[in-house]
Amino acid sequence: MPRSAFQIFFQTGAWLVIAFLVLPLLVVLPISFTDTSYIGLPKDGLSLQHYANYFTDAEWLGATWTSIWIGLVVATCATVLGTAFAIGCWFLSDRASSIARWVLITPILVPPVVQSLGFYRFWVVLGLIDTHVGVILAHTLLALPYVSISVFAALTNLDRNIPRAARSLGASVMQTVWAVVVPAAKPGIATGFIFAFIVSFDEIVGVLFITVRRVNTLPKMIWEGIQDNIDPTIAAVATVLVVITLAATAIGVMRRK
Amino acid sequence: MPRINEKVSYWMLVVPALAIMVIFYIVPVLGIWKIAFTEPATGIENFVAMAGSNAVKTSFVITFRVAAITTVGCLFLGYIVAYAISNYASKLTPLMLALVILPFWVSVLIRSFSWIVLLGRSGIVNDTLRGAGLIDAPFRLMHNELGVLIAMIHVMLPFAILPMLTNMRGISGAYVLAARSLGAGEWTAFRQVYFPQTMPGVMSGALLVFVLSLGFFVTPALLGGGRVLMISEYITYQIQEFLNWGLGSALSVALLVATALVLLIAARFVNLRSALLERK
Repeated sequence: MPRSAFQIFFQTGAWLVIAFLVLPLLVVLPISFTDTSYIGLPKDGLSLQHYANYFTDAEWLGATWTSIWIGLVVATCATVLGTAFAIGCWFLSDRASSIARWVLITPILVPPVVQSLGFYRFWVVLGLIDTHVGVILAHTLLALPYVSISVFAALTNLDRNIPRAARSLGASVMQTVWAVVVPAAKPGIATGFIFAFIVSFDEIVGVLFITVRRVNTLPKMIWEGIQDNIDPTIAAVATVLVVITLAATAIGVMRRK
Repeated sequence: MPRINEKVSYWMLVVPALAIMVIFYIVPVLGIWKIAFTEPATGIENFVAMAGSNAVKTSFVITFRVAAITTVGCLFLGYIVAYAISNYASKLTPLMLALVILPFWVSVLIRSFSWIVLLGRSGIVNDTLRGAGLIDAPFRLMHNELGVLIAMIHVMLPFAILPMLTNMRGISGAYVLAARSLGAGEWTAFRQVYFPQTMPGVMSGALLVFVLSLGFFVTPALLGGGRVLMISEYITYQIQEFLNWGLGSALSVALLVATALVLLIAARFVNLRSALLERK
C-alpha cells in the first residue's frame, strides 16, 4: 500500500525526533577517546588516556563508590518505607490516605533549589551538613514519591477479595501483607528500587547545598568538572555511564521479547 | 477482630514514610517561608525589594518564557513520536519505545554536558560547519536562550511523550475508521476525530513539562552560562554570592506560589490525580 503524506510525516518525523533524543547522548563517545588534553574531537589518533585517568584517580573512583553505596542505601530505605506506605494506603483507600499520598509526592513538584535551601537550613540545625547520613536522608525523601507511585500502580491490578480471603481464613494483617500483597506488588517494588537508586545516583542540586568537602559524589565531580570545562575525563565517565545505560536497556528489551 | 484495630494496623504501615516526609521535608520547605518574612528583619521588606527589582522581573519573564517555549516544543515533537508508536504497529515499535525511555536513565548533568560539547564555540556543530567551509565565524549556539531551549526540550521530551502515549493507547481505532468510511480524508479524520480524544494526554504532558521547567536549575545554569538567569539560578546567586537569605527565600516563596498557581489553573483542564498521583 502506498504511504500517504500523512503517514510519511508521522513516521519519518518520529524517527527524526528519536534521533534528536538519542544521538546527543552518543557525542561523549568520540570525545572520550580524544588524544588532546582539552574537550574536543580526536586530532591525530585515538587515546585511552582519559579512561586511564578515571580508573586510576582516587578522587574520581572514591566519588563513584560513594554515589553507588549511598544510592543502594537510599534505594533500600526508600523501597521499604515507600512500599509499606503504598500498601497501607491501598488497604485504606479513604480520603485521609489519599491526602497522605499527595503529601508524599510533593518532592516531585517543589523546585530542586527551593527544597535544597530548606534542607540546608534544617540540616545545619541537625548537624547533618557534609555528612553521608545527611545526603542519605535527603535522597531518601526525594526518592519516596517514585517508590510509592510505582508500588501503588502495581497494586491497582490486585483483586481486593484475595487479601480479604486470607484474612477470613485467619491470617493476621501483617501475614496478609507479607504473604499476599507484597508478592503481588513485586514488579512495582523492583521498579521503585531502581528509580530510587537512579534518583540518588544522579542527584546534584541537593548535594551542592548540603555537602562541602568531606562528602564527594559522582554528580558533584562532574558538575565541578563542567564548570572548569577543560578535563576530558568527564567525557570518559559519561561514556561509561551511557554505555551501562545502553546495555541495561538492550537487556531489558531482549528479556521482554 | 474489630474493624478499628484493622485500620490502625494499616496506618502503622503508612505513618513511617509520612512522618519522615513531614518532619524532614515539609517542615524545612515551610521554614523557607519563615526566613522570607523574618531575615534580616521581621516584615515584608524582602517582598518589597523583590517587587521593586528589575533584575527579578527580567528573571521571572525569562523563566516563564523558557518554560512556555519548552512546553510547546516538547508537545509538538512528543506528539509525533507518541502518535507513531501507538498507531503504526511494526517490529520496530518496541525499539522506538525503548529509545524514548533511554534518555530518562541518563543523568541530566551528562545530557547537558553532551549539549555543551555539541553547541560550544568550538563545539562539534561549529567545528564541523567550519571544517566544511560553510561558515567563517562560529555561531553562538549556547550561553544564550537558544542553547538553553534546545537542551531543555531534549531533557523534558520524555515527560511529554509518556503521558500522551498512555492516553493514545486507550483510544479505539474505530472512531477514525468510522470517520474515514464516511468520507473524511486522513487529515480531517485526524484533526476532527482523533486529535480531540488525545487532549487529556496532551494536557498532562504540558502540565508536567511546564511545572518541571519552571523550577529547573541544572540545564539552564550550564547552557545559559550566567546569561539566561532563570529564577532557580537567581536564587542560588542571591544565597551563594551575596549570602542574601532573605531575598533568596522570598524568591523561593514566589516560585512555589507560581508553581501552585499553575497547578490550580491546570486542575480545571487536567485530571491532576492521573497526571501526577497515578502516573504510570
